[in-house]
Order: sequence, then structure tokens, then C-alpha cells
Amino acid sequence: MIAATLQNIGTWALGLFENLGRASIFFGKIIAAIPHTLTRPRLIIKEIYSIGVLSLTIIVVSGLFVGMVLGLQGYITLVDFGAEESLGVVVAMTLVRELGPVVTALLFAGRAGSALAAEIGLMKATEQLSSMEMMAVDPVKRIITPRFIGGFISVPLLTAIFTAVGILGGRLVGVGLLGIDEGSYWSQMQANVDLIDDVANGMIKGVVFAIACVWIALYKGYDAMPTAEGISLATTHTVVNSALAVLGLDFILTALMFGNV
Amino acid sequence: MTTRFIEIMVGLFVVLGFLALFMLAMKVSNLSRISSKEGYEVSAYFENIGGLKVRSPVTVSGVRVGQITEIVYDSNRYEAKVVMRIQAAHDYFPIDTTASIYTAGLLGEQYVALEPGAEEDVLTTGGTIEFTQSALVLEEIIGKIVVKLTSE
Repeated sequence: MIAATLQNIGTWALGLFENLGRASIFFGKIIAAIPHTLTRPRLIIKEIYSIGVLSLTIIVVSGLFVGMVLGLQGYITLVDFGAEESLGVVVAMTLVRELGPVVTALLFAGRAGSALAAEIGLMKATEQLSSMEMMAVDPVKRIITPRFIGGFISVPLLTAIFTAVGILGGRLVGVGLLGIDEGSYWSQMQANVDLIDDVANGMIKGVVFAIACVWIALYKGYDAMPTAEGISLATTHTVVNSALAVLGLDFILTALMFGNV
Repeated sequence: MTTRFIEIMVGLFVVLGFLALFMLAMKVSNLSRISSKEGYEVSAYFENIGGLKVRSPVTVSGVRVGQITEIVYDSNRYEAKVVMRIQAAHDYFPIDTTASIYTAGLLGEQYVALEPGAEEDVLTTGGTIEFTQSALVLEEIIGKIVVKLTSE
């Protein structure tokens, strides 16, 4: 009984390290293939389209609603203290520092990450990747790296769009519906949001989350069991692991960036 | 779905992304206010600056004319030295101007309010405001009230 439990723990731990090791080697391969892929921008543009442009709808709509909810909730809390003029700061700080990068990355993992994993998993299951190798085409260079670069470019841009739309959504509710002065909405925001400390750090978060999400999605797809069940597992793991990685990384980055303020 | 269509959409997406970044930089953050290189700097010494911060506003009659650029503790005078940059257009402050630290609203941010004096000479770069009034600290006021009440 005890021996069996220990054995299970050991198997689990070995499997974990094996996975981590393979994922790291895979990441190294992607990085090594980047210079080659940069000479073929057509491939990257096609991936930016399917990863970035097609995610635009969900990003814009959720950004708008998140901003509107922030505006409403912030107003309800602030009005008790007679500080509803600070609504702009509340909405902008929340979006720029936390919600913008995190929610964008979560939506991206759900919308594009799962699709990437399923696509590559199916390519593997139908032996398209092996046939590429047979034709002396490196699937990492041809399939994986363009998607990696596409995600790396798309996610920070999506983060910026999400944040900007969210702030406009907060303005829509705060100024349009609840009657806060438009001037104080923007001027309080400008007085308190710093370009380097807040906006630039938020964008750095976006870049880090982009690398994490795309890496997990590509690895899970590339490493999937070549069966229907394997592909389904790969997409599930992509979304779950991306969400955990984003939230965990967010805490570390927040502690590093804003911990000493 | 032609390649041309995809390329146009990607181009639009990138432009949209950079527009959003531009909006975050110009409209949301303080970039438009950093460019206050012109103007002149004067300093003032306060016994207590309360919650005054760098980039807090400097006002005259409630009109914003500059901002705080530096706050340090001066160990020779045992007072806080506050350096403020005032816009070049407002070069008419007499040397006996008074600087006070006030709070905007009950919970608002603190700011420096200037009250022009009556001298002929005006403040220039490197000038020092001699007459200052420190920030009000709630505990001090309560302490004074308690002393007054108990002494009667």
C-alpha cells in the first residue's frame, strides 16, 4: 500500500520533470528557428491573421464590458465617500496594471491557444508533421515558429486594445450614464497613471503572458498523443495550464513591479 | 480568402494596436505633462509636507501653474526642501510670495498653493520662497485641542 503510493508519487514526479524538460528543449528549438522564420514574413502574417485579427472581436467586446462593469462598480463604491471624481483613476489603474494583460491572456488562451493546440495535434495525428520531415522540411521552422512569432506580436497589441477599449467603456458608463465630469475623469487619470511605472509594466506583462500562452499551446499540440482523445486532452491541458501559468506569473510580476511602491 | 485580404486585415490590426498604445501613452498616462522642461524652478522649505508627492500640482487661486519636481530632506535646516517647476508664462511672483500645503477635498491629493506678495522683485530660477505654511496633520490638531480642553 505504502510502496504503491510512493511509486505513484515517483511516477508522477518523473513524468512532470520529463514534461518540463521536453517543453524546455522544444522552446529552445523554437528560439533557434526564429532567425530562419523571420526571412519568411508571409507565414508570420498569415498566423497574425488567424491568431490576432480573428481574436479581435472577443477582445473588443469583453474589454468594453469589463470597462463598463468597472465604471459601475467603482462608482457605487466611490460615491459613498464623495470621491466619484476618482473613477477615471480606478478604471485606468485596474485595467492598465492587472485586468488588461491578465484577461487578454486568458481570453487568448481560450480563443487562440486551444485552436493552436488542436490544429497542431491534428497535424500530428494525421501524420502531416512526419510527412514534412520526410520531405526534409523542418516542421518546427515551417509550422511552429511562425505561430510563436504571430502570438508574440499579437498578444501585446491585443492587450493594448483591450485596455484602451476598457477605459473608453468606463467613460461610457461613468460620464455618459452616471454623469461624472468628463474633464476630471481624464485629468485625474493622467495625474496618477505613469507612463513607465504603469503602462510600460502592463505591456511587459502582456509580452510575458504571450510567450507563456503560445509556448504552452504549441508544446501541448506538438506533444499530443496522435489520437482523438490525445487531441482533446491537449486542448484541455492548454487552456488549464495557460490559465494557471498566467495567474501565477501575474503574481510574481506584480510583486516585482509594484511590490516596492 | 485571398492573401491580399489577409495582409490588409493584419495591417489594420497592427495599426489599431499601435493606436491603442498611443492612446494609453497620450490620453491615459502623464506623458503630456512630462514635457514641462520649460519654466523655472524655485524651492521652498517646509517643516512638514504631509502627503505631498513629486508631480503634485502647484496652484495660484486654484489655477494650476506648475508641479513639484523634487522633495528632499535638508539636514542643515532640518526641514523638507520642496523644489517646484513653474511654467514660464507665470513669471510674476514677488519674492515675498507665500507657499502653503493644502488638501483638495477631504480625501483628495495634497498640493502647494501660492499666494503672491507685494514686493517689486520677482522669483526667478533657483529662488527660494521664504514664507511657507506646513501641511496640517490631523493628529497635531487633535493634540492641540486636547491640551486646550484639559488645561481649562
